[in-house]
Amino acid sequence: MTRRSAWLVAWAIGVYAFLHVPMLILAVFSFNGSRYSTWIGFSLDWYRAVFHDPQLAQSAWNSLVIAITAMLISTVIGTLCAYALWRRSSPWVSGSLYLSLVTPEIVTGVSLLAFYQWIFRHLRWHLGMQTVILAHVAFSIAYVVIVVLARLRTFDPALEEAALDLGATEWQAFLRVTLPSILPGVVAAALLAFTVSIDDYVITSLVAGVDSETLPMVIYAMARRGISPAVNAISTMIVFGLGALILVSERLREA
Amino acid sequence: MNRLRTIFLTPAALVMTSLFLAPLAIICAYSLLTRGAYFGLGLPWTIANYGRVFDPLYGEVLLRSFALAAVATVLCLLLGFPLALFISRSGQRKNFYLNLVILPFWTSLLVRIYAWIFLLRDTGLINATLQKIGLTHAPLPMLYNDGAVILGLVYGYLPFMVLPLYATLERLDPFLIEAAADLGARPWTALLRVIVPLAAPGIRAGVVLVFIPCLGAFLVPDLMGGGKSIMIGNVVQNQFTTARDWPFGSALSLVLMAAVMTLLLVLVRRSGEELL
Repeated sequence: MTRRSAWLVAWAIGVYAFLHVPMLILAVFSFNGSRYSTWIGFSLDWYRAVFHDPQLAQSAWNSLVIAITAMLISTVIGTLCAYALWRRSSPWVSGSLYLSLVTPEIVTGVSLLAFYQWIFRHLRWHLGMQTVILAHVAFSIAYVVIVVLARLRTFDPALEEAALDLGATEWQAFLRVTLPSILPGVVAAALLAFTVSIDDYVITSLVAGVDSETLPMVIYAMARRGISPAVNAISTMIVFGLGALILVSERLREA
Repeated sequence: MNRLRTIFLTPAALVMTSLFLAPLAIICAYSLLTRGAYFGLGLPWTIANYGRVFDPLYGEVLLRSFALAAVATVLCLLLGFPLALFISRSGQRKNFYLNLVILPFWTSLLVRIYAWIFLLRDTGLINATLQKIGLTHAPLPMLYNDGAVILGLVYGYLPFMVLPLYATLERLDPFLIEAAADLGARPWTALLRVIVPLAAPGIRAGVVLVFIPCLGAFLVPDLMGGGKSIMIGNVVQNQFTTARDWPFGSALSLVLMAAVMTLLLVLVRRSGEELL
């Protein structure tokens, strides 16, 4: 290890402060008694306000339904896909997965909107929970595949071959040998899919209907309208909630 | 052996084709149509939409997007390089310091932008404090300008710069730096002539990972630029929502995609397989 000079340490402290102090201040002011930017005393009023706001409750519920459904679908599809790609690569499928990762969110969003509107000309359907869920499945599959594939690369294929030699069918070998040993990776992938889904604003706002407003959409509208300490309170809860999920996910990926 | 693989691959192939590739294809088709009465689309086929992308009004937005993304990328590099060096030299606490960088990346971008709005706006914490202690009498305009957008981009994407930089600096042989010192190089000389050249692959990867999302950014310019400092992403969104000119919005999306793909191909080819 080479020495860390004093200015390097000072620089690091500065950058860490830049990264974390704004969020800390946000969290501290969620406990402020006043709605203005001056500290007048500790209070839980804004948390109370969050829990008594029907619009927030509805949107949080929508977000959860969407994120959990999209997570389940994309984890199953993505895990199967990762396994197939691990067996033998498929340039078309991996190409489109990578393309979906590097495509700017706004482009993914407007192209899905154009696609849905085109479908609606032929089908009696409308923008709503279903369209949001499908959109979320589409953009989270790539994340699932990457995480599960990374896990599969540490799995010894000889174990699966042994199962086949001992008379297991392909399906049994996958279900009873491969899947159990990559399970931590699958769970980590699911948590990641959940996180990217529940966080998304750009794509969701384009393909959501009147009955499918999500939590980020409400926060966005509030941030646009002006500052309300209630937003500080929700944000603080989101940060700690997701932080806990990520901690679990990281542990599992290392397991 | 291959039947199971085909069955497993099919759902993903179907989803990606119908919900990602087909929508892109539709955008391609729309970008060649004319704005019209029927669902906002009509004939004849034309390439005029692409011409409009480069007319002065939108050309300026295009230029500004590249400029803001470039400045943000350079700032990320300047802020991130010493930090990555610091982490790579932190011995047993490396992982702790690294997680401290990754942590904000997992936090909703919307929430992180909101935290800055809370600090920077006219009645925000900074202006309120400055006025209270009598340093200023009117609020300083810190939000809704190019500077605010750059700040937001740097804040949002700094982790993408630090991670690949750390990955290359971590593998750097410390003896090389000691050798440079033994041969009489001062710390700054060793940094510029030994460490930076050896970290080049990490720098390239970091530049790609920051510049590309910055170029296509929507939320940061939307909330922190407040309509005064807009980028391509905001124009695309506007064409599909308020302006309702889908053919032009599609053309603009594809130009953005093309820019991203070109950058990726050029930079990834140069850095080999490190990125994907």
